Amino acid sequence: MSSWIDLRAVWEIVVVGLLAGAGLPALFAIGLRALGTPGKGHVKISDDELVGGSRAGIPIAAACFAIVLAAIGYGIYIVVISGHGAK
Amino acid sequence: MSNDVVLALVIVTGLSFDFTNGFHDTANAMATSIATKALGPRAAVALSAVLNLVGAFLSLSVAATIANGLVSTGLVTLAVVFGGLAGAIIWNLITWLFGIPSSSSHALIGGIIGATLAAAGSHAVKWQGLVSKVIIPAVLAPFIAALVATVGTYLVYRIARSMREGSRRHGFRIGQVGSASLVSLAHGTNDAQKTMGIITLALITNGTLAGGATTPLWVVVLCALSIAGGTYAGGWRVIRTLGKGLVEIEPPQGFAAESSSAAVILLSTHFGYSLSTTQVATGSILGCGLGKKGAQVRWNVAGRMGVAWIITLPSAGLMGAISYFIASAVGGTAGILVDLVLLIGISAAIYWRSRSTRVNRKNVNSDWTGTVAPSRAGVTP
Repeated sequence: MSSWIDLRAVWEIVVVGLLAGAGLPALFAIGLRALGTPGKGHVKISDDELVGGSRAGIPIAAACFAIVLAAIGYGIYIVVISGHGAK
Repeated sequence: MSNDVVLALVIVTGLSFDFTNGFHDTANAMATSIATKALGPRAAVALSAVLNLVGAFLSLSVAATIANGLVSTGLVTLAVVFGGLAGAIIWNLITWLFGIPSSSSHALIGGIIGATLAAAGSHAVKWQGLVSKVIIPAVLAPFIAALVATVGTYLVYRIARSMREGSRRHGFRIGQVGSASLVSLAHGTNDAQKTMGIITLALITNGTLAGGATTPLWVVVLCALSIAGGTYAGGWRVIRTLGKGLVEIEPPQGFAAESSSAAVILLSTHFGYSLSTTQVATGSILGCGLGKKGAQVRWNVAGRMGVAWIITLPSAGLMGAISYFIASAVGGTAGILVDLVLLIGISAAIYWRSRSTRVNRKNVNSDWTGTVAPSRAGVTP
């Protein structure tokens, strides 16, 4: 039976899929929210501005976006490495 | 000598299929971005084309599955490969005419299996490879994608609910550019490889390459260019169904759906699963409708797609078998030429038919009125 369905691969696709496909967007959302948190003395310029100017928010946002980008880069790297026979 | 002519015809037909694969599937990556206006239609298809081109060079796992894992290379002839490709192209064009996001991959695999069955019988098909690498991933992938997108959409809305409407829309539109790009890249890694696999199979069949050989670079380059060209042509009919027909999509939903698609497709490429990127994208879009409270999912449209998914493998198989029978009844190079003329005639007829109900980049986002081609009254300026 295991030669017909690779349960380990399915399991991995579900778990890693949830982490990368739902976890990373959630992290991006945290970043956006942190970025948009209004800081002291902030003057709103337009309704769709992204940066709220909170002192804590900006580094949190930067960290979130950095993790998202790094994870994407790592994912593509893995696909390329394993996809050309260098297993 | 005549074999070389046939081989060249098979390769050109393969590249034509890759082109239809590109324009049939532009929707998978870009439908949600076009629907939420994160990207303009023209910019979206151009970006997607470039990334498909890049993606095609990233991996060869799926090409190996197609070339060596589905049929016994020793029992397949060039006429079989040609018949399979012809069947796949016709099925892709028919589903495009109706704006149905059916799987180009299943059309291709169905066509090849159908022609192989017609030519050599059931023992020439590697059923285990077919089931474990194609059928099972095909059944599971949309559900996994829907699950991931549902969870992602739920989380994203929960996290972002305190944000102002304007900045939320703006932020997630930017996110969508990134996530849609990843889907295009992932599409290149998975779908472009399928045609590479088929052309490799043709080269093995012809004795140009040894059995079990990997795909030569020139095949990779030609396939990458074909799928990118097709993507740029833009299958507006399918984009419209996916972007407007299934769920009314907001930027955070589109972003979650695309992220889910990109993750599931890239993971499957990694395992050498030739899954349908179309079905993954559709699963994700359904999921992003399920994950948001009050979002409307048009189940009748989803149901019609489901039917198309089920019949794609057998239908393309039947057409592959018919075109093989025609080619073998006439015989030799002449048989393939007869097939080719029929293929061009049918394709032209379908294209001509499509012109009476045009969908293009100008009306792709018109309000959904129940049909692929917007009614004149429903066209928004």
